[in-house]
Amino acid sequence: MHELSIAESVVAAVCERAGDRRVHSVRMRIGAFTAVVPDAMQFCFGLAVEGTVADGARLDIEHRPGAVHCRACGADTDLADMLLLCPCGSADVAVTAGRELQIVSMEVG
Amino acid sequence: MRATRRPSAPHDHPHAHSPATETISLEEKVLARNDAIAAEVRSRLAHRGIVAVNLMSSPGSGKTTLLERTIRDLDGDRPVAVIEGDQETPLDAERIRRTGCAVVQVNTGAGCHLDAAMMRAAVNKLDPSPGTLLFVENVGNLICPALFDLGERAKVVIISVTEGADKPLKYPHMFAVADLVLVNKVDLLPYVDFDLDACRRHVSAVNAGARVLALSATRGDDVDAWYDWLTAPAIR
Ligand SMILES: [Zn+2]
Repeated sequence: MHELSIAESVVAAVCERAGDRRVHSVRMRIGAFTAVVPDAMQFCFGLAVEGTVADGARLDIEHRPGAVHCRACGADTDLADMLLLCPCGSADVAVTAGRELQIVSMEVG
Repeated sequence: MRATRRPSAPHDHPHAHSPATETISLEEKVLARNDAIAAEVRSRLAHRGIVAVNLMSSPGSGKTTLLERTIRDLDGDRPVAVIEGDQETPLDAERIRRTGCAVVQVNTGAGCHLDAAMMRAAVNKLDPSPGTLLFVENVGNLICPALFDLGERAKVVIISVTEGADKPLKYPHMFAVADLVLVNKVDLLPYVDFDLDACRRHVSAVNAGARVLALSATRGDDVDAWYDWLTAPAIR
């Protein structure tokens, strides 16, 4: 489960920045095209924080839908799944959103 | 970095209370460290003319058999080395070693993928000679390895005709990152219900830029197209 290594990276990054302060919550941004499942992410985050200054911290997830820009007709379209096709029928599209996998912020104190 | 202090609620009683918390804006990529190591590996390999090809598949696609044949058929053309990612056993590494090729095994333990740090450690241990064609046999699954850049030149996804032709739709993340899709075991096409044209359409639906080659690693059908791809200027 790749969510576990992602959760471990997130926890390592926030703990390093938190120093000896407690981390109360962490906010992540996860795009629809990243193959990261929010429920699995929540579960693994709960495991990864154990014994760290972020133990018991809450994980807030901002979900980002996918979007493409069509090189054929110029339209920008939000997509619910990964079938990268413009409504005009063209598959010549560039992904403009949905690949985000970021740590947005954390609450310490 | 932006730091904002949230004021605590006003109060006039002197007892101890939890101090105000602070929200710290981080705005960093989760995989920033992985991607930085991958970039370092990529530039080191490029500097020595080493081409790394990341092979990904589900278990049973015939990836190790394809690798054995490829190593034997390319014998002498240029040095070949293999990084073998495996969750449990050294069996695949032993099969590759019997071809006489340099191989290093990476045990990922419970991990379901190779990451750039494992790749860097494996490259250090292997120390391939300049000009080597370096195959990376990733851990057998079609989900997790898609996320992790290893510093490779190209990503190849291998499926076989004994799997469903709709595999690209079921694992779109993996097929979306592929430079090349190999459909293996075409010698079994008469005996299975696999629509090769539909499979090609499904690959294009999630990745219009990916090439698709159909071959048989056991019988040798159409393996030359794969070797041509490996030696094409785009890969070199
Ligand atoms: Zn269009």
